[in-house]
Parts: sequence; structure tokens; C-alpha cells
Amino acid sequence: MIETLIRGLGNGSVYALLALGFVIIYKATRVISFAQPSFMIAGAVAVSYLAEITGFYLAVVLAALLVAGVALVIERIAIRPMIGRPVFVIAIISLGVDVVVRVVANGFIGTDVRQVGDPWGFSLVTLGGVTIQQRWIAMFVAAAVLVGLLFLFFRHTRYGLAMRAAAFDQETALAQGVSVGMVFALSWGLAGGLAAIAGTFVGTGQGVDQLTWIIALKALPAIIVGGLDSLGGAVIGGLAIGVVESLAQSYQGDVAPWLGQNFAVVTPYVVMLVVLLVRPYGLFGTPEVERV
Amino acid sequence: MLEVRNLEVVYDDVMLVLRGVSLRVPEGSVVALLGANGAGKTTLLRALSGLLDVHDGVVTKGSVTLDGEPIHGLRPAQVVRRGISQVMEGRRILAELTVEENLRVGAHTAPRALAANLDRVYGLFPVLRSRRRSVSGYLSGGEQQMLALGRALMAGPRYLLLDEPSLGLAPALVRQIKDLVVEINKQGVTVLLVEQNARMALSIAAHGYVLETGKVVMDRPAAELLSDEDIREFYLGLGAEGAAKSFREVKHYKRRKRWLS
Repeated sequence: MIETLIRGLGNGSVYALLALGFVIIYKATRVISFAQPSFMIAGAVAVSYLAEITGFYLAVVLAALLVAGVALVIERIAIRPMIGRPVFVIAIISLGVDVVVRVVANGFIGTDVRQVGDPWGFSLVTLGGVTIQQRWIAMFVAAAVLVGLLFLFFRHTRYGLAMRAAAFDQETALAQGVSVGMVFALSWGLAGGLAAIAGTFVGTGQGVDQLTWIIALKALPAIIVGGLDSLGGAVIGGLAIGVVESLAQSYQGDVAPWLGQNFAVVTPYVVMLVVLLVRPYGLFGTPEVERV
Repeated sequence: MLEVRNLEVVYDDVMLVLRGVSLRVPEGSVVALLGANGAGKTTLLRALSGLLDVHDGVVTKGSVTLDGEPIHGLRPAQVVRRGISQVMEGRRILAELTVEENLRVGAHTAPRALAANLDRVYGLFPVLRSRRRSVSGYLSGGEQQMLALGRALMAGPRYLLLDEPSLGLAPALVRQIKDLVVEINKQGVTVLLVEQNARMALSIAAHGYVLETGKVVMDRPAAELLSDEDIREFYLGLGAEGAAKSFREVKHYKRRKRWLS
């Protein structure tokens, strides 16, 4: 049971990092960027190559910076000129960006599974009688540290505050001398970097192949559960999705065998539907107030 | 000197809102800009602060110059860096952020002077110091207006553009805001004050402009405006009989007698 929960929290941390990227971009630009899966894969691929030269840890940092840089460039050339166009247009462009970046990244993967060179693999550790995989702990710790850093960034730094100001009221932020272009760019850069690190952790143990990107789609139920515009919600949503999925993996076969095999794969979406029925704006999201 | 010359502003390519406005804000002064709703006061401020773009507005003719250098067409961040800060109508505080976070956003372009400016603002508005950790959305209307003023001062501006700072405030608070504007001006900040509360604005301004449907129709020293019959009637609500006129009468009167020449 505890093992199942920890596995869920580990995987959930990865979803949380991806979800944070979605939410950061959404808050800054009011657009859902569908380019996150490709940044995740690009990050994992970059680490798999860099780790051979620099070692794993440095490779993760470099890959995050590299993908953040790629995201910045893409934002500048593909998204920025579209500011002011309907949100739908920008979302579709992000989908195109996703396809392009993913095809390039998959080209570097080839037909095999690439290892990211992580030090954990599938090694186990026994803590107080519970045997768990080390990588789950690594995922959780890494996500916790990143979330903590993000919190400090948004609380105390000049640019973090500028991003919050622009998310709340763009014109007011402009009037204070905040460059909204800078905020857009930063949001893409942050989302890219977070996705790259998430990708690396997805690749620990099992490695990455051409289909790994599908995992990133689980961040979508996570952000909808948490609420599109809530950073805390993204973290909670990600963890919740991870835990539910892990529980279903372990127990659904015994509890509800009539659901067939591999039901765990769809549980994130089931959770999402349930939350949508009860709270359409997510657990921590802002209800849309509309005057009729 | 902040100078506007023959400024023409068009929204959405079709709506001509400013039709050749000229005004001068000499360094160190308080200048009042009066006018009814829709006269173009806010548009004029937007043209000064670079916020026209947000509302699909464009300067089609004329110029805005700061000490002789054209500044229309600059982005808002560049305008702020040159020393012009705007307090927008309706206060527009960042309600989710704390008081101090609001002020720090205001200091975005002047990070080095953050501590000094924070001290200065807290000196001017002691209320803000005592509430600096509260979420600003919970402040009262008067406190929010002070926060908006303080936030604009955090950039260390030479010129302050105030859009209706008395809007929706009780008379006692209006007096307080007025005193604060005077104090800010004494500290060396030039103020362009846009107001519907003409009495308040003219009592502290040296010079006043009256804007009507996109044109300056009066341009006099504040004292003269205060004693002007038409101003008394339209903006101070004092007719010849000393009674406030009804809207209908005013409208009728307006149709009869236009300032536009």
C-alpha cells in the first residue's frame, strides 16, 4: 500500500511539473500551450546525449536550460507575432510547434529506447520495511525542490512579481513599466525548463522512446483537476492524478476485475470528469464570473 | 516640460477621440484637466503613457514631447523609465498581491532605488506601512487609492499622471487625497490631474484645461476657471441662482451654447 502511494507521488511529481508549465503559460498569456509534450521529450533526449559527456546531474541542468532556450526562441518567432489574435489560433500554433519539436526530438531517439543515464535505474531501497524504487523518491524530492524555488521566485523576485502582476491585470502591469513581451517569454522559458526536467524523470529507469510523449498528456487532467489558473492546484492535481493512477494499477484487478486490464491508464481522465462535474473550474481555480 | 501639440488619436481606425489637443505641463506645477465623461481625458493620458496600444488607439497627428524629445510611440515601459508614471482610473490595484508586493511591482523599472522609494512611500502613507503584509484587495477604497499613488511613486517619476483619484471616495477622503497630491508635488513631482471633481482639482492646480469632445475649449489659470460662469455651472453645479441644475436643463443649455468655436 505505502509502496503504491509512493509510486503514485513519484509519478505524480512528474505530472505536477508538466502541469505547472501549462499553468504558468496559461496565467501569463491566457492560452493553453500544447507544446509541453515536445519540450518534455526534447529534455529527455538532450539529457540522454549530454549525460554521456557531462554526467547525469549536470546534464539535467544543461538540458533544462537548453530546452528553456528553445522555448524562448519558439515563443519569439511563432507565438509573439500572434498576440492579439484569437486564443484558439495560438493554441493551434502551439500544437504545430509540438509536432515539429517532437519529430526532431524523436529523430534523435531513433527506433531504440534511449537511456537517460540516471544513477537510479530500477534500484530499490528498503525504508522501514517498505521496498520502493529509488527513482520515485528522486522524482518527488526534485519536484519538491523545484516547486519551492518557483514559490520563492514568484514571491520575492522582481520578475516573479512582474509575472504575477501581468497575470492579474496586464494593462496595470504595463503601466508599471513591466514589459509584457518579457513576461510571455519568461513563461515559455520556465514551462520549457520544467517540462525538460519532467521528461528526464519520466526517462529514469525505463528510458525514452518514440511514444514516451503520451505521458505528458496526463498533465491535462492534472491542470483541470487543480484549476487552470492555480499553481498550487497544478501541484496538487498532478500528485492526485499520480496517486489515483498508481492505486488503480495495484488494486483495480482485485477490486473491480470487470473493468478489464490496464484500466489505470484512463483513471486520470475519470478523475478529471468527476471533478468537472462537481467543480467545473477545478479544485483551486477561479470560478468564471459572467454577467448575463 | 511635458508638452502635447495638436494631438489626434483614433481608436480602431474609425473613432476620432482627440481632435487636435494641445497642452503644456511645466516642470514642478500641478495642471488640472477637466471634462465630462467621454471628453477624451483618459485617452489623452493613455497617449502620454503609451497605453493607447492596449486599446487599439493610434496617434495619427501631432506630438507628445518630454523636454523637447518626442515620446509618443514609445512603449509604456520606456515612458516609465523616462520618468512618467500613470495612476489609472479606478485604482487598478493588484488585488491578489499584498500591499508591499504591489509597491514592488511599481518599482519594476527602478530596482536599485527600491529601499529608498519604499521608505518615501511609507513616509507619505503611514497606513500602507502598517498594512504592508495584507492582501491589497481587502483595503478600503481610500487606502487602495493611496496604494495606487504609492505604487506609481515607486518608479521615482518626475511626472505623475493622475486619472480621477477622487473617484468614488467620501468627501473627507477626497480632502486627504488632495493634501497628499499637494505634498507629492512639493517633493518635486509634477502632476497632471484629470478630474471630474473640478473644485478639488482647481483648488490645487496652477493651470487648468477643459476638454470637450476631443478638443481643448478652455485654457486658463486655475483661479480664473474657478470664477468662470460656465465652469461654475457645469462642473461645480452652481448656476446663476446658486442651485444645481438638472441633467435635462444642462443638456438643453449645452445645445444652446457651445464652447466649440
